[in-house]
Amino acid sequence: MSSPAFVGIATRGSAEFMSPTSQVAEAMRGFSSEIGALSAFRLESCIHCGICADSCHFYIATEDPQYTPIWKVEPFKQAYKRESSAFAPLFRLFGLKREVTAAQLAEWQHLLFDSCNMCGRCSLICPMGIDVAALIEQARHAMFDAGLAPKELYDKAAHQRQTGQPEESAEPYRDQLLAIGREFNVEMPMDRPEADVMLCVPRTDIEHYPSAVAALARVMQHLGVSCTFRSDGLVAENYGYFAGGKSWQRDISLRLIEQAIACKAKTLLVPECGHAYTALRWEAADLYGKPLPFQVRHVTEFLADALRAGDLKLRAAATGPTTFHDPCQLVRKGGVQDAPRAIMKALGVELHELENHGGFAFCCGGGGGVLDIERAAPLRYRTMEIKLREIDDTGARTFLTTCSDCRRTFDDAQAHFGWDKAPESLLELVAASLVNAEGTN
Amino acid sequence: MDLLGFARGPAFWGALAVFFLGVVWRIVSFALLRIRRDRNRPRNGMAKSIGEGLLVIGTRSWPHREFIGRTGAGEALGYSYHLGLFTIVLLFTPHIAFLGSLLGFTWPGLPSSIVTIVSVLTATLFLAVLFRRVTNPVMRLLSNFDDYFSWAITMLVILTGLAATAHVGARYETLLGLHILSFDALLVWFPFGKLMHAFYIFPSRAINGILLSRKGATS
Repeated sequence: MSSPAFVGIATRGSAEFMSPTSQVAEAMRGFSSEIGALSAFRLESCIHCGICADSCHFYIATEDPQYTPIWKVEPFKQAYKRESSAFAPLFRLFGLKREVTAAQLAEWQHLLFDSCNMCGRCSLICPMGIDVAALIEQARHAMFDAGLAPKELYDKAAHQRQTGQPEESAEPYRDQLLAIGREFNVEMPMDRPEADVMLCVPRTDIEHYPSAVAALARVMQHLGVSCTFRSDGLVAENYGYFAGGKSWQRDISLRLIEQAIACKAKTLLVPECGHAYTALRWEAADLYGKPLPFQVRHVTEFLADALRAGDLKLRAAATGPTTFHDPCQLVRKGGVQDAPRAIMKALGVELHELENHGGFAFCCGGGGGVLDIERAAPLRYRTMEIKLREIDDTGARTFLTTCSDCRRTFDDAQAHFGWDKAPESLLELVAASLVNAEGTN
Repeated sequence: MDLLGFARGPAFWGALAVFFLGVVWRIVSFALLRIRRDRNRPRNGMAKSIGEGLLVIGTRSWPHREFIGRTGAGEALGYSYHLGLFTIVLLFTPHIAFLGSLLGFTWPGLPSSIVTIVSVLTATLFLAVLFRRVTNPVMRLLSNFDDYFSWAITMLVILTGLAATAHVGARYETLLGLHILSFDALLVWFPFGKLMHAFYIFPSRAINGILLSRKGATS
């Protein structure tokens, strides 16, 4: 295994002067402070059966035991048992659990970031019922505290926390959004003082798929929804979540929360972005410290509701044999499984499900920030082959998904492998299939 | 006091006390940690989440269709020896008599010959489990002292039990004394290692099932 250096350290200002020993102490403190009853119970419940390996595409693709999901939290399991478990003094006395070393943690950066998409498939296989993915997320928090977040994720998170954008852009995203509106001839509702629905957008869409941004605005306009983007809370992604910086994740989520409150939104609509849904739907209220005063819905949930209510009429989309990639954060971990399928049904899509679909789908390979980690690319391509083979096996000509990061990962694979398929956005397909009140599109 | 008397007298009661106090402490130690409130609006209500969570106790007993090809054999091996152990512990007449003396009631058992066959099979499966642990790269990587010691102490109880039943190697009383003493040792070790999974398995499945159901997530 490659042995990554303390990459995060070089980017962490004052942390540059932190010794490896202090880093470990900080990481373990971070982890211990997060250990609640539930996580302790999960760590204690592992019987070392190794079955979780068989759910993980990193292990399946490589057969390398280090990619066993529960092994990815081994230093933290070790620290917990030694420091704060029921018989911690005995573990120390008999030397059954050694202290976690700086070198060990540095080695684990590869396992916790480069080779884990936080996709949660491992949480479905454990015979003890352990939510391994939840433990890995906590371990990432500790790695961040130790200055061991990969540089790419750390830098983007830092930038997003400070500016609202993960990276510099030639034009502010607000202006880019308005330009997309002009290009696609659709009104971009911006900075309205009040709206029922607050919209946000993946910066991946702004930069790579402007047609998806236009599709979102077009569908909202078609439905006559009172909605707005807010220039101070535009970006759906949360690099704090990827990097493991919990307080940064909170700060980044707060931008959106505060804007949604400011415009008195009843709904914060998450666009086609998987981890944004996890961060906002299932974690934001905990970080905010109280329940959110609005609901968080994924755009496919919103559209499925509109279909059910009869507000959304769609003409059949001639996509031919079609398959669908279930984004892990939305479907397996987020519970948004039926909505995309209800929309595809309304579109008359001839759906050919993947061998592993719904909650059991394999990750695209880019989730959890892995797509952004440059050194992880060779391993990512290796693991992606499982997914690409499944897609090819369906015989589908069209390939839909509802997460722009997944889409970008597949586009990257297309370029790398010379693959003959490109994923398309379900939202864009909806926007192209709208039927107005008179029955014309 | 002879070996048998010691094993089923002070050694047993001492071991039972360690077992009981250890198990209670290990469970209570969780309660001393904080329990985080989930402030995110649930997709499913409490009743549905609990119902679906409890179902996970059953559904997680066997791999989902998507995993069965890779894990079915390993899980079958695991469940098989557990089934063997339960049969031996709960359906061997002398064990029933012993448990009955503690619980105050008894139940019908299986003929000794059948339990002996089950014991031999279980011991064989147990060897296969060890073989798998040391040859499977994933299991070998994950394994530590706890895994091997828990295996050894359980195997010791099985083997001394078989020896006592077959009257092989020493006087029956000595063999029985060794069998009970090895069981006492298992009781002492129980709260310190992975044998605790006997208490964790169902709550763990249910709790995670409930939490996943709250989100409408796949479980």
